[in-house]
Amino acid sequence: MNEKPEKLIDKKGIRLDGRKADELRPLKLQVGVLSNADGSAYIEHGKNKILAAAFGPREMHPKHLSLPDRMVLRCRYHMAPFSVQERKSPAPSRREVELSKVIKESLEPALFLELYPRTGVDVFVEVLQADGGTRCASITAAALAIADSGVPMRDLVVACAAGKVDDTIVLDLYDAEDKLGAADVPVAFMPNLNAITLLQMDGILTPEEFEKAVNMAMDGCKKIYEMQKEALKTKYMVVKEVEE
Amino acid sequence: MPIFFEKKQLVTPGELLAEGDYLAGENTYMEGNKIYAARIGLVDTDNKKVNVVALRAFYVPKVGDIVIGAVLEVGFNGWTVDIKSPYSALLRASDVLSRPFKPQNDELSQVLNAGDLIVAKIASYDRAHDPQLTVGEPGLGKITRGQILKVTPTKIPRVIGRKGSMISMIKQETGCQIILGLNGVILVTGKTPEDEELAIEAIKKIEQESHTSGLTDRITQLLKESKGKVEENKNE
Repeated sequence: MNEKPEKLIDKKGIRLDGRKADELRPLKLQVGVLSNADGSAYIEHGKNKILAAAFGPREMHPKHLSLPDRMVLRCRYHMAPFSVQERKSPAPSRREVELSKVIKESLEPALFLELYPRTGVDVFVEVLQADGGTRCASITAAALAIADSGVPMRDLVVACAAGKVDDTIVLDLYDAEDKLGAADVPVAFMPNLNAITLLQMDGILTPEEFEKAVNMAMDGCKKIYEMQKEALKTKYMVVKEVEE
Repeated sequence: MPIFFEKKQLVTPGELLAEGDYLAGENTYMEGNKIYAARIGLVDTDNKKVNVVALRAFYVPKVGDIVIGAVLEVGFNGWTVDIKSPYSALLRASDVLSRPFKPQNDELSQVLNAGDLIVAKIASYDRAHDPQLTVGEPGLGKITRGQILKVTPTKIPRVIGRKGSMISMIKQETGCQIILGLNGVILVTGKTPEDEELAIEAIKKIEQESHTSGLTDRITQLLKESKGKVEENKNE
């Protein structure tokens, strides 16, 4: 595992984990898994396992952090000590603080912050098992948790990454590809408004490759969005069935 | 001007509902000339207005609403009240006492203490200020007896029923007094705890089956049957 294989993609274009270049990892989404949170969601994205919980809107504590003209969205991204092979210290690392901010900023455009001034919404993302692309899976799950908590939203936010591995642009990188590959481009996207809320790049790509990667990630987002919508509806479908 | 949904379809936030000459109603928003859903719920149209009946929501204060809240804290010249909303409400001492309030003469915790439940009306509320409550009307004030029940605030209109048909039927059948707080808290006061339990059972059933049709009839039946049982037990 730690030694670099000669090729990450074989002659037939099949990746190390058996996927084609534009294929997503298997996904499982579930809404309303935690009863003490106002809204919650669980995502299994390949080997990633992530829980997200949302609370609010509620009064901000500490109070001085509240804003007089809008609601405040707070996010905490945290990796469990057992989420990676080598034990991770439970204290928030530099990377986790950064990802918390990135997740917060990618979700903010989807909320009507101006509707509920002086209040706060808290989102907690707990990574139980990590295998590359956790920021994207976290955003997908966090958006579901917020929708489940009843906070009005402009659109769901869905995220997916694309990148470059062995001179090929591929969709949805997993841990080994992320570490050994040439570049990684995570994209968060609001599918109905056709708006990108997060765009990062790590590595080197030519402008043509970059464009291809962004488009590929957006197509991946659209596929995940359908599953996201389905997961949200499944929780409330019971209500609908009673009606029919 | 197309519409992109069927009546009572389940929609998620961001779904495109209509385009063109329509108005954005509850839990929807307009961007350009398109109307999108803002919450998970069931869509419906009312003339040109597109509404989403939310399945998950929270209470937002509105002036004139009757709410039921719990006293959180006794302050210097009033109380802080939890009304199950993003904002906690304030109740001023001068509103409760019928005479002018003097901090040196009156001990506020003897009038209302932390944990006490009150029925109150929202007197004022805007974006910049927390809601203020008033109890200066008949039927408002401290709750001394009865049972409390919490439901999702969006279900309150269903408990009331068309022109109050549902709630008046429950009141009549159980002989209970019922006060509906628009924040989703309901107070049931009856002659006996059994009557109260019966009313609570009926309201819980309404909350669970709030989207079914002919609910009033089924609730009537439920109440009549249960009442029969209670009476049989008494006769034995």
